[in-house]
Amino acid sequence: MHRTKLLDHVILLIGVFIMVGPIVVAFMTSTHEAADIHRNGLQILPGGHMIDTYTTVLTKEGGFTGKITGLRMILNSLILGIGFAAGKIVLSMMAAYALVYFRFRFATITFWMIFTTLLLPLEVRILPSYEVMNALNLTNTYTGLIVPLLASATGTFYFRQFFKSIPDELLEAARIDGAGPFKFFIDVIVPLSKTMIAAIFIIMFVYGWNQYLWPTLMTTDETFFTLVRGIKQILLVWVGSNIPDYNEAFALAILAMLPPVMIIVLFQRWFIKGLTESDK
Amino acid sequence: MTHAPSLSPTSPAVPTAGGFFRRFRSAPAEPHFAKRVQFNSPLLPYLFLAPQMAIIFVFFYWPSVQAIQSSFYLEDPFGFGSTFVGLANYTDVLKSGEYRGIARFTAVFTAAVTFFSLAIGLLLAVKADGVIRGNGTYKTLLIWVYAIAPPVAGLMGMMFFDQHIGPLVKFAAVFGWDMKVGLNYNDTAIAMIVVSVWKQIPYNFIFFLSGLQGIPVSVREAALMDCRAGFRRFWTVTLPLLAPTAFFLLIINTTYALFDTFGIIDVMVKDKAANNPISLVYKVYMDGFRGNDLGGSSAQSVILMLVVFVLTIFQFRFIERRVHYN
Repeated sequence: MHRTKLLDHVILLIGVFIMVGPIVVAFMTSTHEAADIHRNGLQILPGGHMIDTYTTVLTKEGGFTGKITGLRMILNSLILGIGFAAGKIVLSMMAAYALVYFRFRFATITFWMIFTTLLLPLEVRILPSYEVMNALNLTNTYTGLIVPLLASATGTFYFRQFFKSIPDELLEAARIDGAGPFKFFIDVIVPLSKTMIAAIFIIMFVYGWNQYLWPTLMTTDETFFTLVRGIKQILLVWVGSNIPDYNEAFALAILAMLPPVMIIVLFQRWFIKGLTESDK
Repeated sequence: MTHAPSLSPTSPAVPTAGGFFRRFRSAPAEPHFAKRVQFNSPLLPYLFLAPQMAIIFVFFYWPSVQAIQSSFYLEDPFGFGSTFVGLANYTDVLKSGEYRGIARFTAVFTAAVTFFSLAIGLLLAVKADGVIRGNGTYKTLLIWVYAIAPPVAGLMGMMFFDQHIGPLVKFAAVFGWDMKVGLNYNDTAIAMIVVSVWKQIPYNFIFFLSGLQGIPVSVREAALMDCRAGFRRFWTVTLPLLAPTAFFLLIINTTYALFDTFGIIDVMVKDKAANNPISLVYKVYMDGFRGNDLGGSSAQSVILMLVVFVLTIFQFRFIERRVHYN
């Protein structure tokens, strides 16, 4: 029995090494100078240039991109992540509320129209989506960045499922007390959904923060670049340079992963709950 | 307010994918009448639905219809209108040797990424479920990578497979393998698969682990008594019980490999698709945005839509028959 347990730990430690090792190496390497990395390869021990490198990445304009600083990219990423998560929650709670708590004529067709959006991911309709955004003059705006991503209805299904699990007695009681649909929504449904909202928010924030394809298409103006979108720029700058700024590239990668990783580690329980119960 | 037990954040993780299947199974049967009591109002439901429906129409249905429509037209490269060409865009695409090559690569890539990330995720989940000490620590450390965006993972991959400083290239050199990621087709493909698998392991790990933890203690104890050999117990008891989770993950991983790896591929080929392997989605992007071939790109989009559609339907039919519990 003990022998197998030891083997289990060895396998798990190898797993941890493979999953965490590259991140540690990336961070350690980012604290060295570019020339040093160029000479000696990736680093596993801290170097002395962490503060210089990160200050440069955060505040210097025209590092990898022409006009904007790392701080501005962080701000844009936050706007995208929070805007997307909040928008998704508001939209899908409202729609799910209508589907579950109201009797109305086009319920079935509405349901199927929302259902269909789950079948086709954004990636298969990128070009026409881009054309639509162009026609609406929404390229290089935060609206254009956030709103089209809300078109998939994952959240709606999730909240619909959850609302259906709320006992009918609550609505009966509320109606006896004279509560209307709005009051019931605000005073009963929203407070009941608090934990679920938190779980969904975490998932959606990470999803929004990590968006790449859509921001790449929608933003040509650098002031709208998110951190993840900026990654591409790093590599384009590299082509043709003598000693690539490995340190700054790694620093930017670390910055791009830091907020979502922190959120997942800190709110692990909610994150796993949100993930395993909302599917996506 | 304690009547919905699954609400509390302290309740154990519920056995996964249940909601997903339930959603599809029960959904068509009773989209309304979900509640015995409902509000009756002529306008309010539409008001609540309006924002969601508006966004779906403008950003989902409109572009989807456009894609289908423009797949039958040949766009003038100088922007002077377009000509109806029937199925010519489709036949051009399907006849092209390049497209077939990319389709073949996409199939291999998808199969490899799905298989390895599922296998490693399952192995780690089974081990993490088995150990008692350090269970939580392992879990936290193993799920980190989920939060990393695909292009960021791709960037890390580029560094680790770098000609000059990459430790993995040096490691390969020990075995006499001269890896040239970005130049050699097969080497680039392998690097892409490694990075894509690495990025997806945490997802599968989380689902398998909560699937395992959802197996009742009584079942585990009975299995332990009936079957002493750990490996056989795993095959005959644990794995069948994980079947719903595994099928669900099969769909998710296939879509991940087809679509979400775009960022990894884009970063790793750096716009120079010339001699590098790319996926079908990347080809849609290249033709549409770099090659300005609206018709061809749209035809490819529609083909992909059909693939996803058939895949989804097939998987659900299959699951309906095979998996009876969740």
